[in-house]
Amino acid sequence: MSDKPKFAMYWAASCGGCEISVLNIGEKILDVDANFDIAFWPVAMDAKYHDVEALEDGAILLTLWNGGIRTDENEHLAHLLRRKSKILVAFGSCATEGCVPGLANLSPVSEIFDVAFHTVSTDNPNNIHPVASFEVPEGTLTLPTLRPVLKTLAQVVDVDYYMPGCPPEPHQIAAVIDLVIQVLQGKAQLPPKGSYIGCGASTVCDECPRERNVKHITAFKRIQDVAPLDPNLCILEQGVPCNGPATRSGCNSRCPRVGAQCIGCYGPAEGVLDYGARLITAFASVVDAKEPAEIDAILDGIPDPTGQFYRFNLADSLLRASTKAWKR
Amino acid sequence: MSEKFEPVIVGFTCNWCSYRAADAAGTARIKYEPNVRLIRLMCSGRLDPTFVMKALAGGADGVLITGCHPGDCHYIEQNYKALRRFMLLRRTLKGFGVEPERIKLVWASAAEGMKLAHEIDAFVDEVRKLGPLNWPKWENESNPAEVLEVTA
Repeated sequence: MSDKPKFAMYWAASCGGCEISVLNIGEKILDVDANFDIAFWPVAMDAKYHDVEALEDGAILLTLWNGGIRTDENEHLAHLLRRKSKILVAFGSCATEGCVPGLANLSPVSEIFDVAFHTVSTDNPNNIHPVASFEVPEGTLTLPTLRPVLKTLAQVVDVDYYMPGCPPEPHQIAAVIDLVIQVLQGKAQLPPKGSYIGCGASTVCDECPRERNVKHITAFKRIQDVAPLDPNLCILEQGVPCNGPATRSGCNSRCPRVGAQCIGCYGPAEGVLDYGARLITAFASVVDAKEPAEIDAILDGIPDPTGQFYRFNLADSLLRASTKAWKR
Repeated sequence: MSEKFEPVIVGFTCNWCSYRAADAAGTARIKYEPNVRLIRLMCSGRLDPTFVMKALAGGADGVLITGCHPGDCHYIEQNYKALRRFMLLRRTLKGFGVEPERIKLVWASAAEGMKLAHEIDAFVDEVRKLGPLNWPKWENESNPAEVLEVTA
């Protein structure tokens, strides 16, 4: 073992896209290797949980945690890595705000299992269903169990920094890695604890080059039904639900620049307490109707408002989950 | 439940109309259900849906939003914005399993103390019938083993 500072990266309830994004920093990954010892990174190398348990508390300098906390295993690892890490970063949308796995907070666990094992998308002729523990001649086999709802990392353990994005943009990751290396060399200081790093504080609209005017929405449409989309005009103004007004900047308005609406992957902008509520405010304000029947007809253009407004942020919203997920 | 359920209701009022309607109801000694906790805003257009989310997450069983009649807004047309936000908010809350009837919008001018009192009574009654919402505080969740049992 060298005396380089230790680095760890872990995935909990996530898709693996965050790991890909880390690899997308290109040759900068060599700087990570030059400056850090990889102590634990299940995607990149083999290590066991007991290897981490054997480390002294605080032995890992930097842990990038991606994924939400869905199972008891996720929760155990969150506590373990918190204990072993000096700096714990909630890395990516799942860890900071739940992201798409957090949308399962709209359903009870039974429904999640049903969809996963017993619906048309699954080939399961023998009706196999996982159980938490199973007896075999060699002993008892166990599987992690699901919590009633998915939680964000900060809802489970103390988090030092948040790095939003689904996934975080590679240039932002590279900048954060550069910063940490400079801190190691005494050339820079860490931002205050609790900061959002690798992103801006404003909104996606602020970085969007499209022209914006006073909006009068008479119909909400799906993007494929607006043909052709004006390449220079605000997407929301053209009636396509674009989540830019509430979403944190940092991606350089990547999607609107290429003609796709912002879906909100960088989470709430600075100071926004409830992302969806902020979007309700923004969208409802620009609906051009005063009569309830007319308003209803326009709002019908957003068939799934809960999904539209909380696609990434449900687990970190004020309500966190649907009654279906928690009401007994 | 043998005891009568008393819902907790947060009510948002507009400085120029419904707050004065509540005031008028008080001056005229009109009685209405004490379940509603009124909060004064400058305008129903100030009502950020975040306030409603926070009220529900914090233990409210219902939220009452009140404002000036359409066309009467002190700030020209902010009450129309309130109406649209209310309608979109109710649709969104449905996805969270919150019955739309737990959120109510009432127009009441400064002279309509009687009307506001009646509307409050009717709303309290309606929420009482829906029962408690009891949004969790997320501290003590059930044992995961129990949860898995539900699925087996």
